[in-house]
Order: sequence, then C-alpha cells, then structure tokens
Amino acid sequence: MRKLLFESLFRRPFTEQAPSSDDAAVAELATAVGHAARRRLGRSLSIREVDAGSCNGCELEIHALNNAYYDVERFGLRFVASPRHADVLMVTGPVTKNMREALARTYHAVPHPKWVVAIGDCARDGGCFASSYAVVGGVSEVVPVDLHIHGCPPTPTAMLKGLLALLEQADTAAVTP
Amino acid sequence: MASLIDLIRQGREVREHRPRPRAVVDARLWNSAASELAQGRWNLLDLWGESSTMHMAIMDEHAAEIATVSLDCPDHAYPSVGLHHPPALRLERAVNDLFGLSAEGLPDTRPWLDHAGWGVRFPLGDRIDAPAKPAPYRFLPVEGEALHQIAVGPVHAGIIEPGHFRFTASGETVVRLEQRLGYTHKGIEGLMAGADLERAAQLAGRVSGDSTVAYAYAFSRAAEAALELVVPDRAVFLRALLAELERLANHLGDIGAICNDASFTLIHAHCSVLRESVLRAALNAFGHRLMRDVIAPGGVTRDLNDEGKAIIRATLDNIRLRFPVLVELYDNTASLQDRTVDTGVLKPALASQYAAGGYIGRASGRSFDARRALAYPPYDSLRFEVPVLKEGDVNARVWIRVREVEQSLSLIDQILDRLPEGPSSTPAGRWREPSEGMAIVEGFRGDVLVWLRLRDGLIERCRLRDPSWFQWPLLEAAIEGNIVADFPLCNKSFNCSYSGHDL
Repeated sequence: MRKLLFESLFRRPFTEQAPSSDDAAVAELATAVGHAARRRLGRSLSIREVDAGSCNGCELEIHALNNAYYDVERFGLRFVASPRHADVLMVTGPVTKNMREALARTYHAVPHPKWVVAIGDCARDGGCFASSYAVVGGVSEVVPVDLHIHGCPPTPTAMLKGLLALLEQADTAAVTP
Repeated sequence: MASLIDLIRQGREVREHRPRPRAVVDARLWNSAASELAQGRWNLLDLWGESSTMHMAIMDEHAAEIATVSLDCPDHAYPSVGLHHPPALRLERAVNDLFGLSAEGLPDTRPWLDHAGWGVRFPLGDRIDAPAKPAPYRFLPVEGEALHQIAVGPVHAGIIEPGHFRFTASGETVVRLEQRLGYTHKGIEGLMAGADLERAAQLAGRVSGDSTVAYAYAFSRAAEAALELVVPDRAVFLRALLAELERLANHLGDIGAICNDASFTLIHAHCSVLRESVLRAALNAFGHRLMRDVIAPGGVTRDLNDEGKAIIRATLDNIRLRFPVLVELYDNTASLQDRTVDTGVLKPALASQYAAGGYIGRASGRSFDARRALAYPPYDSLRFEVPVLKEGDVNARVWIRVREVEQSLSLIDQILDRLPEGPSSTPAGRWREPSEGMAIVEGFRGDVLVWLRLRDGLIERCRLRDPSWFQWPLLEAAIEGNIVADFPLCNKSFNCSYSGHDL
C-alpha cells in the first residue's frame, strides 16, 4: 500500500482542468437563483441525489463525477446523504408514479434556499418512457426545476458544466448584492 | 425422470418459436413441470404473462436444454408455481399486478409492482381504468423479544436506485430483511407492445443502464431468432467486444465500490480511474461511454476503426499493469479482509435453488455462465475460464469479479486479434406472419433473458427478464445474522438491479 501511495505522490494527478460553464445553463439559471439565497451559500453546494425512476445510467455518470478525473469536490460540490443537509436536489429519471410521493417528500425535506437540477433526457419530459401508464413525466411535473442537463446519460463533463454554472450564479450574486 | 424434450412432446408445439422449443401444455403438465422445478431437477429461467396465457421458461442445466411451456388461462387463473418453488413467488405477484392473472394457491398475494399509484389496474391485461385500492403494505410479521425495525428507503443515502428495505434487528444483528421493490417500474413491457424494432431496441437498452449492452444484445438476438436473420461475422465479434467492455467497466467499478463500503477508499479511487479509462475508450471507439444503442437488430450501428482498436488495446495494457497491484493490496490488507471474509454468506443450496446467475451464483458454487453453457457465437470459438468458488461470502464475490476481469481482458484480446473483415450489419427484414424468438445473454450481472413475438414487423409482446429477479431474494437470506452495518457491503457485493427488476 505504501508503494501505491508513494507512486501517487510523484505521478501527475489524473484530475483534469475544469470545463467552462455551460452557456445555456447560465441563461436558464439567470432567473432561478435569488440574491439573498446566494449570499448565504458562498462557493459551496451540498447535493442530494434522488433517482426518481431512472434506468441507473445517469447514476453511473454521477458517480463518475467523484472520480479522480472530474473530482467534483474541488469546486465545493459535495454529495450528502440526507436531503436535510442539501442545497441542491439532483434528480434523475422519468418520475415514476411509484416514486412521485418519495420525490415530493424529499424535496420538502430540503431546507430553503434550494435548487433542483434535473439530470438526463428522461428527467426533462419522461424521455422514451413518456407515454407509459406508470410514468408521471419530467421532474418539473412534481417539483420546480431550476436547471436541466440533457443527455442519455449526460457525460460527467456536461454535468460539471451545468453545476459550475449554478455555482457561478450563486457566487456572483454573493459579491454583487 | 422426464426430460424437457418429453415434456414439450406431450404438449402442442408452437412452430413459429425459435430457436428453442415452446409448447402449449395443459394444467397437468404445467404442474408436473412445477414439481420438477421444486425437486431441483430443472431451473426456472422465467415466468411471464400475456392477456390470458402464462409462459414458463425452464432449463435443464445438465443437458443444457431450454424450453418454454405455455398454459392458456381463459379464467385468468393458473396453478401457482411459487407454491412449490419459491423463486417464482415474486414473478407471480408481478404477473397478477400487470395482467390480472392469479396464481391459484400462491402463498403470498400481496401486490408487488403495483403500489396503487398507476390509476389503472392490470395495465397489460384486461385493463381496469380505476386505481387499486390504496392499502398499507403488510410487511411480514415479526415476533420476539427485544426486536426493533429499521425502515430504509426508497430514497437511500448513497447515489443509488430506489427501493425499500425493512430490517428487523436484535441489537446489531439482522434477524430479517424484507425488501419492497417496484419503485422504478416504468411499464417498459407496456411501451414495447406495438413498437417497431428500432424503438424497441432503444427501450431494451434502457431497462438497466449498467447493462445497456447486454439488454440490446439479448433483445437483438431474440429479434434475429424470430426473423431468422443471420448477422455478419464482424458484428458477432463486435457484440462480444462490447459485452466484455461493459463487463470490465462494471466489475472494476464494483470491486472499488465494495472496498469503499468497507471504508477502504484507496482501492476505490484507483478502480474508479480504471473504470473511467474503459468508458473513455468506449467513447472513442464506439461514440458512447456506456456503449448505448450500438447493438441493434441486424448487427451493430457503429463499426470499429483502427484508431478505436488501438485505444482499446492501450487501455487494456494499462489495466494489466495497474490492476494486479490493487488485487494484491486487497489480498494483503487484513483489515479489509476482516470485513469481507465470512460476511453475507449465500449457501450453495440456495444459489442452486434460485438458479442465481452471475458472480452471485458463481461465488456460491453454481458454475452456470450463458457464454459457456449455451455457447452462443462467438464465445463458442473463444478461450475463457468460468471461475467458481464455494464460499459464497462477500470476499468470494469480489474474487469472482477479479477473475472475470482477467478473463474479459483475455477475451477482448482474442476478439481484436480475430475480428473478421466485412459488413457490420444486415438489414432486418419485415415479416408479416407472427414469429417468436428467445435469447439469453450473459451480462455482467448474470443471464439476461429476452422473449418476444413479432407481428407485421412490430412487437406484439416482449418480455425482458433481469438476472436480479433470482438474486434479490437471496440477499434477504445472505444478510441474516450479519450486523446492520455490513448491509451496504453485502448489498454492493450483490449489486442487483432495481430498474432491471422493476422494469
């Protein structure tokens, strides 16, 4: 183990430069983030992930955000275990009817100020599952959504771009009242 | 002892079913099949419904024979298989929820997928446009002194899929775990009905995100069996390449994640890097990190060029260099072994009764691997070993994955060396007559089964069975007597699919 740790000290880090934030996301967010809210948060956001019925593809890529290449924690973005600790609810999947109540309850458990980021094509409008008897549709049918990140699933880079846009919004507002 | 072929001969064989036989049987034969299953002579592969028919796919593992028996149930009832053979229990509950076909004698009649929120009942059978009466779900009663219950989910603490676990514990020790699933039920089999092949393949690839290749593979092979379509050799090899890359990425991710659940983050960090390298190679070679929508009926939608080949080879070389160091670290870290050895033991008898596939079965003495047992091409011409252990603990499930990573590396090498030239797909024809096909493909988690019937070029009925159906119930057994804190570890070592099961 020592050898492995030692090697890591001398190897160039895997971590890559941050992508620039996504313009479309910046535009969508411009109206979403309240001033007072931003001031309280600074440059840090705690994220609670909720799978509202996805195929698990989006979860795999959200997991990748934590690997050494994307290292999402360096931006102050952290995944937390409880909605009560969260600023951001990250929701995947078409919302299934069987998950509708759980999603709504999780949303209500997040303290204000809060944002909802819908991840993936299904989370926008139900995607290829839209017309099913068992599916409500997009996340916005159940809780208000501040930012959509599309893709099937979105790449970690696409998610990072969206999240950085969210962070920038929170940050600029914190210094310019 | 009757053979599967005898059983089929006694029924009325369905000619348009390919490649393995299907026969319509009467209740007596249906019951005798159930009794053979209960005595452990045959394995239950799947049990599924249609508006007024029940189907049951059975395997005789020793003879490597597979057959499907079908029972007409005009009265919307059929003799329960679950009554004799517990692995059928949840399947029968699900069939009742979706089709309104009730299993006579079924010991557990609680709804399974229907949580009374759909607004309809029996959505795939004789549909009733009124919601099921909402009633509290009755968990199994638990009696005893000093017991307490812990309710977890459907929203979990980690970044995982939703499901509910009801633990009953005595102090730290789990006395019983009861699962409640169905939260991610999207009605995929309902969406399949009436879909054309392209849309259906897209849906199949979205049943379980981590097995998108395996599902597209199984679906395509089932459709090709129905259409009697011969896929070009190059596509046959490319499909296996995709399947092995998917297996490699998932096993690397799982090995790391299991160590992470034992709080050993170093291996997790390094395995995540290796997993990422496979996904990036997949992106470069096939245009999608998870290789979604690459396999389609008729072949593959994207061919592999020399650059892609070189990237895959370089990725493999890097894994060969870095992975053994991590395996050695796993093997030599006593504090980690302390968590994984003897934890979450699944007894071989249960694995065999449930015909548990994948690393779960193979870590508990069941050697079944569809690539070997059914030897579908190109695996019939590739060299590989199927690792098997008997211990059945978390440690064994880690080691099976380690060995399978090594086998996948070797398989990918062989495939790249022998990749035939030529076209990578052939157009899927459009048949008017009804035709049926079935295929079983070894995904990273176990055997994925797809059965379908085509009519006028559209899907009339498509059944997609995830290996998790026969693995989830075993997790309930494996956790018994372990401490609550080891549940994440056991759960991750099983890594069953919620979405694949809930469908």
